[in-house]
Amino acid sequence: MISRVEIISRIPDARAKLKKNQLHHTNKNVEEVFLVDVYTIKKDFKQNQLEQIASSLTNPVYQDFKINEPTIVSKFSWGIETCFLPGVTDNIANTVKEIIKDQLKIKFIGDQGVFSSKLLLIDGKLDEKQIKQIGFGLINPLINRVHFKSQKDYLKDKGMDKIAPQVNLSSANQVDIVDLNVTDDELTAIGKTGIKNKDGTNRGPLALDLSYMKAIKKYFNKLKRNPTDIELESIAQTWSEHCHHTIFADPIDEIKTGLFNNYIKRATVEIRNKKGKRDLCTSVFTDNSGAIKFDKDYIISHKVETHNSPSALDPFGGAITGIVGVNRDAIGFDMGAKPIANYYGFCFADPNLKSQLFRDKEKKQSLLSPRRILDGVVAGVNSGGNCSGIPTPQGFLYFNNRYQGKPLIFVGTVGLIPKKSSVIKRARPGDYIVVVGGRVGQDGIHGATFSSEALSSGSPAGAVQIGDPITQKKLSDAIIKEARDLKLYNSITDNGAGGLSCSVAEMAKESNGCLVNLEKVPLKYPGLEPWKIWISESQERMTLAVHKNRWLKFSKLMISRDVEATVIGEFNNSGQCVVKYHKKTVMDIDMEFLHNGLPVRPMKTTPVKSSFKEPVIPQQKKLNEVLLLMMQRLNISSFEFISSQYDHEVQANSAIKPLQGKGKVNGETSVVRPIFNSSGAVALSQGLYPSYSEIDCYQMAGASIDTAIRNLVASGVDIDKIALLDNFCWCSSNDPQRLYQLKKASEACYDFAKIYETPFISGKDSMFNDFKGYDEKGNSIKISVPPTLLISSLGLIEDVLKIISIDIKFPGDPIYILGETKDELGGSEYFAMNKSIGNNVPKVDGNKNKKLYQSFYKASQKQLISSAISITRGGLGVALVKTALAGKLGLEVSLNNLSGLGIRNDFTLFSESQGRILVTINPKNKKEFEKIMKENVIKQIGQVTDDQRLVIKGLDNKIIVNLDLKKIEKNYKSTFKNY
Amino acid sequence: MSFPRRRESRHQALDLLLQRDDKQTTMIKPKIIVLSGYGLNCEDETKYAFELAGGQGQIIHINDLIKNKNLLNDFQIMAIPGGFAYGDDTGSGNAYGLKLRNHLWENISKFVTKDKLVIGICNGFQVLVNLGLVPALNKKYGERQAALLPNESTRYTTGWFDLKITSDAPWLTGIKEISLPIAHGEGKFFASNEILKQINNKNLVALKYSNINPTETLEHIAGITDESKRIFGLMPHPERAMFFTQLPNWPYLKEKYLRSGTKLPEFGPGLQIFKNGVNYFK
Repeated sequence: MISRVEIISRIPDARAKLKKNQLHHTNKNVEEVFLVDVYTIKKDFKQNQLEQIASSLTNPVYQDFKINEPTIVSKFSWGIETCFLPGVTDNIANTVKEIIKDQLKIKFIGDQGVFSSKLLLIDGKLDEKQIKQIGFGLINPLINRVHFKSQKDYLKDKGMDKIAPQVNLSSANQVDIVDLNVTDDELTAIGKTGIKNKDGTNRGPLALDLSYMKAIKKYFNKLKRNPTDIELESIAQTWSEHCHHTIFADPIDEIKTGLFNNYIKRATVEIRNKKGKRDLCTSVFTDNSGAIKFDKDYIISHKVETHNSPSALDPFGGAITGIVGVNRDAIGFDMGAKPIANYYGFCFADPNLKSQLFRDKEKKQSLLSPRRILDGVVAGVNSGGNCSGIPTPQGFLYFNNRYQGKPLIFVGTVGLIPKKSSVIKRARPGDYIVVVGGRVGQDGIHGATFSSEALSSGSPAGAVQIGDPITQKKLSDAIIKEARDLKLYNSITDNGAGGLSCSVAEMAKESNGCLVNLEKVPLKYPGLEPWKIWISESQERMTLAVHKNRWLKFSKLMISRDVEATVIGEFNNSGQCVVKYHKKTVMDIDMEFLHNGLPVRPMKTTPVKSSFKEPVIPQQKKLNEVLLLMMQRLNISSFEFISSQYDHEVQANSAIKPLQGKGKVNGETSVVRPIFNSSGAVALSQGLYPSYSEIDCYQMAGASIDTAIRNLVASGVDIDKIALLDNFCWCSSNDPQRLYQLKKASEACYDFAKIYETPFISGKDSMFNDFKGYDEKGNSIKISVPPTLLISSLGLIEDVLKIISIDIKFPGDPIYILGETKDELGGSEYFAMNKSIGNNVPKVDGNKNKKLYQSFYKASQKQLISSAISITRGGLGVALVKTALAGKLGLEVSLNNLSGLGIRNDFTLFSESQGRILVTINPKNKKEFEKIMKENVIKQIGQVTDDQRLVIKGLDNKIIVNLDLKKIEKNYKSTFKNY
Repeated sequence: MSFPRRRESRHQALDLLLQRDDKQTTMIKPKIIVLSGYGLNCEDETKYAFELAGGQGQIIHINDLIKNKNLLNDFQIMAIPGGFAYGDDTGSGNAYGLKLRNHLWENISKFVTKDKLVIGICNGFQVLVNLGLVPALNKKYGERQAALLPNESTRYTTGWFDLKITSDAPWLTGIKEISLPIAHGEGKFFASNEILKQINNKNLVALKYSNINPTETLEHIAGITDESKRIFGLMPHPERAMFFTQLPNWPYLKEKYLRSGTKLPEFGPGLQIFKNGVNYFK
């Protein structure tokens, strides 16, 4: 029996009002919208039980319910109902199920279940075509369904139809043998498009090229058999670019050990050796996160991931699984770190961009618009972070139309673990393999191999997942707040890309073997084939190694916390990874081959030297308008709409918030104080300059590192207490020129990390951020992201009270610029505003900057500095505006004698020369401050004023900018005002 | 400023069970139960705020309390902290409220009729309203009389706001105005005209937003009490304002104090609410 419970508000519903406004925006005929929450329940219940259920879902203060009866409102012409497709995570329905179970003391078995949907009753003169257009605008066809009914049909049929969107699979128990004794062409095809089903369709990309396929063939020939589908899928997951990072690992040109070993890791090793006792690192590159010492009692971990491809297909689902997924990199770090701060970075195309792109030539599958991606991604991280009770203080937005094909979604999590809880994790032979958390469904099949490919019409829809933060929160609390310190398990890791196939096989390295009984894995619905169970990326799961003697206690604890925990096998030291399904062996591969059997693929690069036209920008006497335009650019503007919807106060650890000063200006750095009774704090920031990449990837990486470090220094961090994380998001990484850029960027990572002695502790790469499809005219088109390197920085502060904020504080305070301003506008925001790129990209003088940063720290420790803002994108001009707006005070400065090079006013104002910080100090501290700074290039350029004006004099000391702060603020906060 | 190093008391229901007997006899500090589980997430800082205020806090998972219902008798204060219980699905505070109602109603109704205190912060306030513990007009504990609806923007909103205290509830002794952070998606207070009239007549509105009304909540209401004024629910988070360095403008204040030679304060304004709760029993 299927029953329908409908709930509607008796009083004006803000959610309906918002929908009405949105829909009215797309179609002016929409006059009124009523919103009905619908729960479809598939299970036999008596009427009185249904009434009990409906009452528990209804707030009698303002809502009414109907059971198996249509909701009727005063006037409406159409009903539109949106629901999830079968198998898509439905969190609301899961809660309703819990409520019913608890209320009626019953169970849901077999295909019984609950499904949530939203019914909109819409009034307005709308024909069927218009209503369909509205309906399809409400959904994402990859995860939702939509149903329509005219008022006439709605009344005739007594409401919408009762539909329980269930997954029906019939192919269970199926294990196929894949014949590899075929031609090279056929091998290539299997690797590219996947194993063939009996009906001729393909299962989706394995992303294994011919050399890999041949190695696999050779291995199985030696065993005198062909692989099963599950074996081949499993190898594909483990060897995927996503999991194995082959491009960073394999030889490239003269570098035999590969980019990662030669540049990134070597930098860290050498820095750690050199620093000796000053070494901060406790765990680098091996675990789920990298980590440094916080103080004598605690360790801080950090990890930054990307979730680009899933977010391109379903922005909300992609982003929420991204953030909740990277939380598990903290929970799965060491024996389990508590997530204490989330971090985000979104690279989108201009949200106002109107041009459409299509995945197919027939133009049936259109890409989501940049605006829809932005809205969905912002909402996804909102939901994931806020629901999990993890503050999200730090993040950034970056725009470039080359992100139209594939947006970049960076998500990170900082974790905290007491030293006394930290041990070397090791699954021992005989330990149970235990999966904890969510159940396995079809979601996320081929996520790992898919993200190793360019986005195209063949991209698997199963790659879409929706996160369930509450299931994970229960899991996280049970592990980190209880099981960890009761020492109930020996090892723990995240179930991320590749699902069980990666997490179990990875952990099995610790014991050197495993035996899995796949039928034990709890499923969301029956009928899943073994290979899907093994590689599914269903979320909110962790894999643990639990000693047999501890299992009872562990299991009891998990039951009492409403967390599902299941033994699915045993770790052993057989040297083999064996998977059985109902006692039949379906996979038997030796561990050595699985992890190290992939052949090396040496790469060659081709140097690329770009030269762009120098822009012709007419010189203007007054730069008022230019500065106002600059402040409302997408890459400069306030993104307060995000900062104020991401909870950054939860856990009560906020010290420097995302919006600083009375004027609430987005700073570059946030600080959290994670332990209530310690004055220590953790500062987070980043650097990212994709606009420099096509000019010079070496300098791009240098600027990113310098900025990531300088942003922390400006907030009071000792350069000696900084660690870095790298996230390379490249494009077309089989193109020798792109590889050359990658090599140069990696080289810079080594060089600058060494100079600053800031080790890399963790990193991740995503190498094929390309879109291949069609434009509006049906022409084939390829859009690649600019080579993008995100350097995230993590810094330690001993005394939270020594932190410096960006807002100027008192009239009369002198303003200094530290560092040199040069004619370095190549790739700058100012040139971009003038639709040019230029060539003079900022060059970083690491040794000089380091000295400045050390002096700065000395001054900050003596509390001589009243405000400081790192000069980044948009240059001095933007920094002056931000520091003034934040302090809600005016300032007057002169560029006179600022640059020894005699460059133009506009160039001086907007040059993005690195290594510069703008500071104000108490006038009383002038002498002492200048003394500490004496070996650096610093200059007093003006002072804070008590009026509300920003006055800038040019190189010749004539006024070039004279603006009311209110006016600038309006521009600065206008761009995303209605987001 | 120096931070007193406190011994970290462990969050372990098991420990609690073991310690219970010997603790009871030596009890000096008022004991506070802070509930947890199913997505509540502010239990650590709420407990810490009570301890900073001189109380003795204990975090207890709702399932452990259901198993040992009489545990509740050991406590003087019950705190339901902020969070996202059950993801706010079916309305914030509804599912957690139902769970308490289904399993612990008898114990809770006994608790609230004694001379004890209850506080619900943010999600905890939403739970209190759904449980019918506030406003509970005419002592009808258990009857839902008010609701917290989605913010008018329908968006989760975080930020610091100025509030006026409009009640003489013990929780608010000595506070006239206070600045606190909010962070919620459903904080728009609603009650029918009839109920609202009684709430006002009986002086049950505890605090209101002063100038800006961030969620367009009815009559700027940010928190209410029951008629005994011992049960207090509020949307803002006082535990996120227990330290000086949690204030949004503390770097400015620090510079100001440095220049005037004034000693820097250690605590924030939110702490007083917890002190009031603890002091009620002294």
